Amino acid sequence: MNTIISATGLSKIYTRGAEQIKAVNNVDLEIQSGEFVAFMGASGSGKTTLIHLLGCLDTPSTGTLTIAGKEVFAAEKSLSEKKLTKVRAELFGYIFQKFYLIPTLTVKENIMLPFAFYKKPGLHQDAVTMARRLGLEHRLNHLPKEISGGEMQRVAIARALINKPRILLADEPTGNLDTKRSDEITEILHDLNRGEKLTIILVTHNPLLASHASRKLELRDGQLISE
Amino acid sequence: MPTISSIAYKNLRRKKLRSILTLFGIALSTWVLVSLLGFNSGYEQSMDKDIDNLGFQVLLTAKGCPYEAATLMLQGGAGLRYLPETVLDSLRANPEVDQLTPMLMQTSFDPNQGESGGVIAYLGVDPTTYPKMKSYLTFEQGGWFTEENAMEAVIGYEAAELEQREVGDLILIPDKEIEVKVVGVLKRSGTQDDGTIFMPYKSLQTLFGQEGKITSVGIKIHKDVDVSAYEEKLYALQDVQVVSMAQVKTTISNLVSTAKVMVMSIAIIAILISMVGVMNTILMSVLERYQEIGIMKSMGATTFHIFRLIWLETLIICFIGGILGALMALGLSSTTDALVRYILPYAPTGSLIKIDAMLVLKSIGIITLIGIFSGIYPAYRAASIKPIEAIKSSEGEI
Repeated sequence: MNTIISATGLSKIYTRGAEQIKAVNNVDLEIQSGEFVAFMGASGSGKTTLIHLLGCLDTPSTGTLTIAGKEVFAAEKSLSEKKLTKVRAELFGYIFQKFYLIPTLTVKENIMLPFAFYKKPGLHQDAVTMARRLGLEHRLNHLPKEISGGEMQRVAIARALINKPRILLADEPTGNLDTKRSDEITEILHDLNRGEKLTIILVTHNPLLASHASRKLELRDGQLISE
Repeated sequence: MPTISSIAYKNLRRKKLRSILTLFGIALSTWVLVSLLGFNSGYEQSMDKDIDNLGFQVLLTAKGCPYEAATLMLQGGAGLRYLPETVLDSLRANPEVDQLTPMLMQTSFDPNQGESGGVIAYLGVDPTTYPKMKSYLTFEQGGWFTEENAMEAVIGYEAAELEQREVGDLILIPDKEIEVKVVGVLKRSGTQDDGTIFMPYKSLQTLFGQEGKITSVGIKIHKDVDVSAYEEKLYALQDVQVVSMAQVKTTISNLVSTAKVMVMSIAIIAILISMVGVMNTILMSVLERYQEIGIMKSMGATTFHIFRLIWLETLIICFIGGILGALMALGLSSTTDALVRYILPYAPTGSLIKIDAMLVLKSIGIITLIGIFSGIYPAYRAASIKPIEAIKSSEGEI
């Protein structure tokens, strides 16, 4: 296994009036390719902010971050927004607690939405195959309002995977689902990691989902306290 | 695979009523714009046609108000100031003159017309010169007068329709208790001649006791003659008013310029309102889709992609609204024509609103251009959204 994410002294500081809040405080972290990492911790511990930083969705106040050998954030030099967009499109797939599907597009169109903006060169991936893998083949022409919450999250997963990312970032992916749907999503993520060696980094309060992780990291007050 | 265009189009269908109302606003302003531009060219063309149909470039009348003279030239009317018939001899001596024709306008009161009576106008013309100048006049029935002092009449198409007259009928001149015979009914010409009753001017002179007098002379000058210089020359004659085609056009243009300014102002206001409406609609749509746009950026949409997406939405609304408005303008042109005719102090015969393909394309182009400008700010706002801000705004946590 090789290192796909390397963070050194990563911090994110917010200023609220005279007060400075360290949402992420001096985190050193290495994640290997194919790992399944779960961040846990109480609300406000900084886990969501940390995965936003690791996923290049947010910029750190200090520290360095290297993704797949490319230095993304450093004290001296950070990538431009345009280059960050490319890094996000090429390397990452994102799943959120809310599904963020486009209500006017069908399931098939939602799955293929990333292709409207970026498609990896030489990629042969289609929505039907992806939908079949996630048990959505009978829902392809439905609108999001016509499917269940579990199916919506599966559409979001299919959309995140359509461009064959190297890293899947999931922020509370089962947070809006009942136990049955939650177990389905847990199973899918587990299979993706085991079967396709996809690197998965997630934030969760769900012990079952966390139990599938190869590494569980706990945060408190923005600091990593245990592995 | 969804494209940026299909996403933009489908988004406009999300809030159908809002999109339809905005579209309708654009269509209305396009209608006003197309009709206004159509009016600008249609009015000029119709007036040019009316003036060309006069058959002469210069009208000589007795000295008086130029507006009255202009009305006389275009619409007929009782120019009851007289010129001596001898003026024709002076004019014939001018080398600039190609043809000339004397005219005598007379009116009589008919107590049987309408509820309280009405005035009937007769235009006395010279049967040898007038038909040559008005070569476009052709006959439905009969022909011109048999003699220059015959008690005969030729009537325009509409006058014949209104009075239900045919060749051979007798028309009574009410004040004079004299009947004249209809010898010709003209075909429709689309000019003022359609409503005119023509008689030989010599006969009118005798009937109304105006021997040796005429009310105007139509002068056709040679093509290479400078009209302005010749007008100056005509003022050497005593107590005459010279009205040229160019003067008439200018005078009437001045009369309608106020109406044109008013219509133009309405068009500009309508366009500005619809521009603000489009901007407001698209901006609201951007704010409602704040998270969606942020998520699109997280999956690889660049600033330019988002700018294009929002801009396209504006363009689609303006383009479709423009086409609808142009169709409305085409379909309702006769209504607009009637409305403008009601407002204007003078309207020439023929269609006032001339809408052609180039005008339609030009108007749709202008509206689309407005769309381009209206879309810049909402598109810029959308393109500036950062993925993290969008995600945080929905999750409400640090």
